[in-house]
Amino acid sequence: MSLRSKVITLYKNLLHLGKDWPTGYDFFRHRLHKAFTKNKDVNDPEEIKKLIKHGEFVQKEIEALYMLKKYRTLKRRYNIGNNSPQQIRKPYKA
Amino acid sequence: MARILVGVKRVIDYAVKIRVKPDKTGVVTDGVKHSMNPFDEIAVEEAVRLKEKKIASEIIAVSCGPAQSQDVIRTALAMGVDKGIHVEVSGKEYETLQPIHVSKILAKIAQNEKCDMVILGKQAIDDDANQTAQMTAAVLDWPQAVFASKIEKGENEITVTREIDGGLETIKCKLPAVISADLRLNEPRYATLPNIMKAKKKPITKTTPKDLGVDVAPRIKIVSVEDPPVRQAGVILPDVDALVAKLKEGGHVP
Repeated sequence: MSLRSKVITLYKNLLHLGKDWPTGYDFFRHRLHKAFTKNKDVNDPEEIKKLIKHGEFVQKEIEALYMLKKYRTLKRRYNIGNNSPQQIRKPYKA
Repeated sequence: MARILVGVKRVIDYAVKIRVKPDKTGVVTDGVKHSMNPFDEIAVEEAVRLKEKKIASEIIAVSCGPAQSQDVIRTALAMGVDKGIHVEVSGKEYETLQPIHVSKILAKIAQNEKCDMVILGKQAIDDDANQTAQMTAAVLDWPQAVFASKIEKGENEITVTREIDGGLETIKCKLPAVISADLRLNEPRYATLPNIMKAKKKPITKTTPKDLGVDVAPRIKIVSVEDPPVRQAGVILPDVDALVAKLKEGGHVP
């Protein structure tokens, strides 16, 4: 795959992730667009590869963020994890 | 090699603020973001991991609901499920569709597809029934391992660690079995865009409860759906004496 199409794929993947962004898709899309146009004049293939690597890293981070957000919300909502033995009152001993 | 059936339910997204319809017949679903029930995502992830460990040979995802339920089947396919079955239940029937109906549908499909394991989410975040897995096990007369936080497969049995009040319980049960996934079983993967694209080639079969010989006549009638009581505003008291007086008044201290 050429570097150009790699960049486009990365952009599309990130856009797809942005649809779930907490503060809205538009917010994410503008930021993403700015981040990509900032580097539009980069011509050195090595530099581009490095930037793609960074983009993939950001992608992973966003996925992790979503997962953690969901996990925490559910944990709070259903009070899961509050059943450790210390927290439960010991049965009455005569 | 085991064949696994997973159940996926389309629910209102966990991050959406739920609004009750003005006529109190239900909650507003039109134009609201829906997604796969988070506990079902955990069930799907576990099945996919079992397949990656070469324990499972094929994974089938089932969803009961209107046409849009196919979206969550697609998500499951993108996560690594092999094929989907969409049991179409729509309109009035879907509103009164209960775990009893779904469990019968799942049981029937599990038998038709010769599955060895049924993995479901422990509950759906919309009705919070927490009954489908247990009922499915009862209909099939299979052992049940619910609230699983760890699954290990042996020769012809599975060892499941369960989340119970006050700690963990480890049980062994023979296959075939029904398992329900608790929150800490695993961390589900994200359905990435390339995987969603690839999943479009995977097959989804459409069927109806009638084809499966399951009666989905309503067992319940929805009388009224209401908002939970609103939390009352607090008050700021000037000093400790006022606080003690207030607490005594409310009967919180003797």
